[in-house]
Amino acid sequence: MATAYDIAMRQAQDEQDGSAPVVTVDNVNKAFGSQKVLNGMSLSVSRGETLAVLGRSGTGKSVLLRLIIGLDQPDSGSIRIHGQDISGLTLDQMSEIRKKMGFLFQHAALYDSLTISENVAFPLKRHRREMSRSERDDRVRQLMAEVGMEGNLDKMPSDISGGMQKRVGLARALALEPEILLLDEPTAGLDPISSGEIDDLILKLQRERQMASIVVTHDLHSARTIANRLAILDQGKVVIEGDYEDLQQSNITFVKEFLKQS
Amino acid sequence: MSATGFTAAAEIEQSRQGRRKKLLPFVAGYVTGLVSGFFEWFGSLGIFFWQVCKAAVTPPYEWREFVRQLDEVGSKSFPLVVLAGAAVGVVLSMETRSIMTQFGAKALLPISVVWAVIQEMGPIITGLVVSGRVGAGIGAELASMKVTEQIDAIEASAINPYRYLAATRILACVLMLPLLTVAADAGGLLMGWVAQTLVEPISFHQFIDRGFGGATLKDFLPPTLKTAVFGLIIGLVASFQGMRTRGGAEGVGRAATNSVVLASLFVILSDVVLVKIILVVFPNK
Repeated sequence: MATAYDIAMRQAQDEQDGSAPVVTVDNVNKAFGSQKVLNGMSLSVSRGETLAVLGRSGTGKSVLLRLIIGLDQPDSGSIRIHGQDISGLTLDQMSEIRKKMGFLFQHAALYDSLTISENVAFPLKRHRREMSRSERDDRVRQLMAEVGMEGNLDKMPSDISGGMQKRVGLARALALEPEILLLDEPTAGLDPISSGEIDDLILKLQRERQMASIVVTHDLHSARTIANRLAILDQGKVVIEGDYEDLQQSNITFVKEFLKQS
Repeated sequence: MSATGFTAAAEIEQSRQGRRKKLLPFVAGYVTGLVSGFFEWFGSLGIFFWQVCKAAVTPPYEWREFVRQLDEVGSKSFPLVVLAGAAVGVVLSMETRSIMTQFGAKALLPISVVWAVIQEMGPIITGLVVSGRVGAGIGAELASMKVTEQIDAIEASAINPYRYLAATRILACVLMLPLLTVAADAGGLLMGWVAQTLVEPISFHQFIDRGFGGATLKDFLPPTLKTAVFGLIIGLVASFQGMRTRGGAEGVGRAATNSVVLASLFVILSDVVLVKIILVVFPNK
């Protein structure tokens, strides 16, 4: 029988070679009033891997991301980040875990009273207090350059387009060099060219940083471009998970219909 | 009465009883909902307050945001409270003059204006003006941040929103209300004197001298400091209403309105309790 030491050693070894799941969602249920949103949801993502979560509107895709980052609590089941169950953690304990995570909101959720550069500097000011002002400014410029927004530092969020807001949101999500990246509909509401640019950006970041990423999207084309694995949700749980070929070979009626309509 | 008449009357009575049977559970359900909603609101407010207290006393402290809020609550409310205080001073001077003249006690006019302004009118006017300006501002700002997921973004960035958003605003209100009250009092006394001296010239020095005659610091300090409680109420209620908002633009409007209405109401109600406490702890000679 494996001892706790053996398990810890195995986990450390797995983490070292990158095969251990960084995010594990295990049999999670979530309801809002009488409406059941997630119903025995399970999935996991490892380092360097991008999982795209697809499904119809209202199937709980965004709720899944909110549960993983602790903005909502599951009714039952567990969510583990680097093996640590996050249920029941205090706000400050959860904050320590969130420092390893980046979240891009569906509508970017930029702070509308701050300039773009202040938005990106916001987490740095609070969590990288050892940084001097010039170091922080350099870091902001570097992040903005990474997302192709170097010339717009002093604009307000209301003065830039939706695609640009997503880029700034992405720069802010990357500010603390997260190990886990959660993207909620990164290409929703964007024209095909902007969508393609955001996809390329995510792919580039993924190659450079080797984060564990979960992308919630409606856009099958975008999902195929950026993800290693795809998972389709129906009625609050994953009905199929695998690469695009696995999905194509599926006999599940919902999956066939979803792929046909996408 | 004919047999048909009896049947009709019996049917009417039966229908009334049926309606009563339906109405009673409806009324009971409505009242139960109201009562449970009342306790739920206060329970949630209590939990919110506890979260804010915990966040406020633990580092890292949000000094920059706190200073910004001091400016937002203090400097920007200053002209408004001084003006409101001045108007109250003039009204008090005019109203009390006619009454005092009737009773042949014109000499007591300065003392009545000074005591009324400092003991009650200055603090309550400041509380209500700040409830309106700052309460609505905090409620609407936080509600707007809530519905656009900016508060979630703050939390997702590993920053405690109770510390960054609520504690800074509440503490700024607590600290600024007594200072604004002093400003409102000053405006009230100055304009009270102007209103009086226009009718019957009296020097400002004489007005103040007669007004404060025999008074000690304990007569004036507690009414001014009680406004810190008003500040706590305004900041707490407005932050709470803003941060629990739901429902888009309509929710933002509702949060702003509720912040002002509830903060003003609680300021007036708490004033009753605070005045009683002050009278018990610092009895009049």
